[in-house]
Amino acid sequence: MTRAPAAPDGDTTRPLAAVSSPRVLARLTGLLGLRPGQLALPVGLGTVAVVAGAALAGLAGYLICRAAQQPPILSLTVLMVGVRLAALTRPVARYGERLAAHDLAFRALGRLRAAVFARIEPLAPAGLEAYRDGDLLSGMVADIDQLQDVALRLLVPLGVAVAAGTVVVAAVAGISPDAGLVLGAGLLAAAVAPPLLAARLVARSQRRQAALRARLTANLVDTFGAAEELWLNGADDRAAAVLAADDRALVEVALRDARAAGAADALGVAISGLTAVGVLMASTAAAGRGALDPLLVAPLTLVALGVFEAVLPLSAAARHLPLILSAGRRVLDLAGREPEVADPGEPAAVPPRFEIALHQVAVARGPRRTRVLDGLDLRLEEGASMVVTGPSGAGKTTLALLLARFLERQAGEARLGPRDLRDYRQDDVRAAVLLSAQDPHVFDTTIRENLTFARPGATDAELGAALAQARLGDWVASLPAGLDTRVGERGRALSGGQRQRLALARVFLADPAVLVLDEPTAHLDVETAGALLDDLWRVAGRRSVLLVTHGSPGPFERCPRVVLQRPGPAPADFIPSG
Amino acid sequence: MTQGPAGAEHPGSGQRLRPFDRRLLGRVAVARWALAVNLAAGLTGALLLLAQMTLLAGIVADAAQGRLRQVPAALALALAAVIMARAGLAYVVELSGRRTAARVMSALRAELVKRRLSGGGAAGLETSDSAELATSAVQGVDGLETYFARYLPQVVLACTVPVAVLLWSAVVDLRSAVVMVVTLPVIPVFLALIGRSAGARSRANWQALAGLSSYFLDVVRGLPTLRAFNRGTAQIPHIREVTDRYRRTTLATLRLSFLSGVVLDLATTLSTALVAVTLGVRLVGGTIGLRPALTVLLLVPELYAPVRRVGSLFHASADGLAATERILATLERDPPTAGPVAGGVAVRDRGTASPDPAAVPVRVRSVTVRFPGRPGRALDRVDLDLQPGQLVAVVGASGAGKTTLGRVVLGLTRPDEGVVLAGGRPLADIGLDNWRGQVAWAPQHPTLVPGTVADNIALGRPDAGAEAVAGAARRAAADRFIERLPEGYDTLVGPGGRGLSAGQRQRLGLARALLRGARLLVLDEPTVHLDEAAAGQVAASIEALRGSATVLLLTHDRDLAARADRRVLLDRGRTAGPAGRADGPGAKVPGVPAVAERVR
Repeated sequence: MTRAPAAPDGDTTRPLAAVSSPRVLARLTGLLGLRPGQLALPVGLGTVAVVAGAALAGLAGYLICRAAQQPPILSLTVLMVGVRLAALTRPVARYGERLAAHDLAFRALGRLRAAVFARIEPLAPAGLEAYRDGDLLSGMVADIDQLQDVALRLLVPLGVAVAAGTVVVAAVAGISPDAGLVLGAGLLAAAVAPPLLAARLVARSQRRQAALRARLTANLVDTFGAAEELWLNGADDRAAAVLAADDRALVEVALRDARAAGAADALGVAISGLTAVGVLMASTAAAGRGALDPLLVAPLTLVALGVFEAVLPLSAAARHLPLILSAGRRVLDLAGREPEVADPGEPAAVPPRFEIALHQVAVARGPRRTRVLDGLDLRLEEGASMVVTGPSGAGKTTLALLLARFLERQAGEARLGPRDLRDYRQDDVRAAVLLSAQDPHVFDTTIRENLTFARPGATDAELGAALAQARLGDWVASLPAGLDTRVGERGRALSGGQRQRLALARVFLADPAVLVLDEPTAHLDVETAGALLDDLWRVAGRRSVLLVTHGSPGPFERCPRVVLQRPGPAPADFIPSG
Repeated sequence: MTQGPAGAEHPGSGQRLRPFDRRLLGRVAVARWALAVNLAAGLTGALLLLAQMTLLAGIVADAAQGRLRQVPAALALALAAVIMARAGLAYVVELSGRRTAARVMSALRAELVKRRLSGGGAAGLETSDSAELATSAVQGVDGLETYFARYLPQVVLACTVPVAVLLWSAVVDLRSAVVMVVTLPVIPVFLALIGRSAGARSRANWQALAGLSSYFLDVVRGLPTLRAFNRGTAQIPHIREVTDRYRRTTLATLRLSFLSGVVLDLATTLSTALVAVTLGVRLVGGTIGLRPALTVLLLVPELYAPVRRVGSLFHASADGLAATERILATLERDPPTAGPVAGGVAVRDRGTASPDPAAVPVRVRSVTVRFPGRPGRALDRVDLDLQPGQLVAVVGASGAGKTTLGRVVLGLTRPDEGVVLAGGRPLADIGLDNWRGQVAWAPQHPTLVPGTVADNIALGRPDAGAEAVAGAARRAAADRFIERLPEGYDTLVGPGGRGLSAGQRQRLGLARALLRGARLLVLDEPTVHLDEAAAGQVAASIEALRGSATVLLLTHDRDLAARADRRVLLDRGRTAGPAGRADGPGAKVPGVPAVAERVR
């Protein structure tokens, strides 16, 4: 089994790989809506916590050394108060920092989800067709969730490290320039070297890990979804072997990552420990020269031991950076795609009449731009009905997508009312021309919520009427929870016919002027299908209906019929998914 | 130690989140090895810490009293050696922890895949949300890394370091050690606090995240439908709202669970302050020397710091364990293999071959199927007889239970009551792994596997040659559209078959079933998406099977049903009478004109 590549080979897929990391981060920060002002609170609190910790260690050390000289106990009071104050400040500031940082991360995540959704919304359905389910999952959810770390694991720790490091080093340098120099150098080394090492060693393999993970997730989803058929066909062992190979590849990369992580960790421990020794040596030497009060050797050493907690999170951040960047690139890539259909600069007013006229229309689809419709003429008067038939692959669905402005035509004329389809806003076209697709999506929620989006604010009576029209009324009434029955993932709890009828009930609720129905009876038995077409015919009276079907059109038999033919030798509505 | 100090109740599931998950350790041998490495590292780490602090305190005390002009080279080297040893230890712990996490997760995935693919009742409709499970099985390794590389070592340190610190402090200065012991009971109390709040937080967090992920995927999948109704952008505020709800609930739990962190932070800083002040007073009184005082001061923070770090890591690792928990729960819920069904007979071992359903009758006897959460019965005491080589059509309104009946015959859905007999032997006795070799299924919405068109047709017969594949495609009326594809039979098709229309997908599924050469075929609405010519071709191919294979047709296609030897009406989960009595020439089957019985 050969695997199809994860991303579609469209024409706009690759540009972001070349974009530099800082620019990716800048764009992500924009999508996340992170501004410096929002970072000030968690960074400020984090700095206070680190400084208080250092102060506690330094003051306690000084207190003890001073006490060893046995001064009057009252002279130590100020020191004792300082020690207690620092001890109280630190936990409180730390608590505030963590809450503020998490709040910030979650807020940013909400903005990001909404922003990404807003960008991909105009891409559907044509622009997202080639995305595999599993990839959409990892692309949309794992990648986006990963990006909440931009604030939590990247920006806040970085801010705290810089601010707290500067304050503490300045204070130490003020007491002993030598010790300050050693501590500053050590802190800088610890802030740069282990994170760089981790990032450099991990960058390549982790970029691979993210891709491997996405692929493994997608393959797992596919395999779980096809489990029954794979098992029944005796293909389960082969599928398991494919997965096992993917799994091995991922584990191998993970094992290599482990070494990098271990080395970076060890380097951090070594630098912080040796710096404390260095500070001890520098301050001892300064005291020996008489340049420093010997009592201050202990506090300086203790401060040096404690302050490294400020730079510790930077290694984890650096290890995360490649993951964040590659997830961010994928998200930005998806968000940056150009929609297939664009609104005109100066849209015409809402169509006043709804007759449709196509003249010599040609549509090409897919990366190969295969002709699916060619030289099509069609006229649908307002209030009239029409049947479109033709062999599978003749472009029936393409015609339906074209009429609802989900596809752009390459040649010919297409008018809705007095003007070209392209002159209207897409929303205005779709408010008039409703496409009920061959495979309408049923949302994993209640029957009610699956209906109300077609007419927000619809009353139960209106919902009931629409369900009755779709011949679902009795069934819904028989359910214990009625309209509030949940239909399961992709309407799993419904039969194929019930799903189709639920979709039709939505159509009745939306009440469009032109109704384009793509194979509405495909999953219905003859009786129900006939009854449904009868109902459609009755409802059609005052609106135009374009019925795409390969079966019996029922009462629509008497309407004009357009028979589509496959254009030329090229494949019809085939879009390679790989 | 196995119960661990940080156990937290899981009120919802009745399960506990433990620092050492016995199920995890019991299932995967690598995990036990990691524990051993950690114990060794924990002990060594504690000793190295004591050495470092004692050396430091000695030098600092001498320096403070003006006895040193330089740090002696020997002492500096000794310190550096201790520090390098600690660095090496950090390397080993991180390395072994991460490796363990990767291997453990891989082992769990392998087992999960094995279970899911073992078919039968195990892989049935219960698959609640495969996407969610797959995400847990892959992304869960992050949490598991934190667990094995950070959390577990820290738990060991939290046990070894305080003991070492106390013992050494007692040697250096008994009074300070007593002060520490007095504050010590604080630790288990705090650990319980951490566990409780972290468990609750993690559970809420994971559920919110998983729910959010399902919700988000659902909305994206439904985008084409939403857009048709101009409701795509209307989802944006809803997404905001759902995410914001997640933020608020998570922050509410965080506010509480971070509190335990505050308490431990306070314990660390206040005990340092307390000991420092007490030591100060004693130093002024001259009852203790500077060197022991400094040693104790350097050690005090280490009494609580490891415990504190356990707390902060618990949150992270509990998330990872929650993902593992999901997988473990799934593994424990599903029966181990498909073979033993009712009665638990391990048929694989017996090596019994399945009877040939084209030679012996297959009987469905009084089968009842209920679906959890749905009223009534999908099938209600259904009887059905499939005589060898016959073409039997089950007709009925959509939702009548035709598909479920087909699944029961295939062994994919286990009946709640009743039995399927092949040649008088129940399927459970034959063993589903044997039974599947005899049957083929063309479902209404076949799943395309990644690969070429030919791969897909030959799914059940990977050894089939190009000619056989093309022949099956012809019989399924799929040949013409396949030949029009850019690369014909070598065209790649993806899962879900997005590039193919529903009718094309279905014909591939039919070709797949025909090529399998099975003795019993279950064909679910094989003509539903087809135009008249193609439907005729398919019907002829199905008729050609008569005699060589038994065919169960689930259809509402009048013309197709008319070609069957027998028709059985299924109405809201019931057959109109005992097996086959409602069919035959005189039977009144709505939608199906009575035709002459054609029994061979």
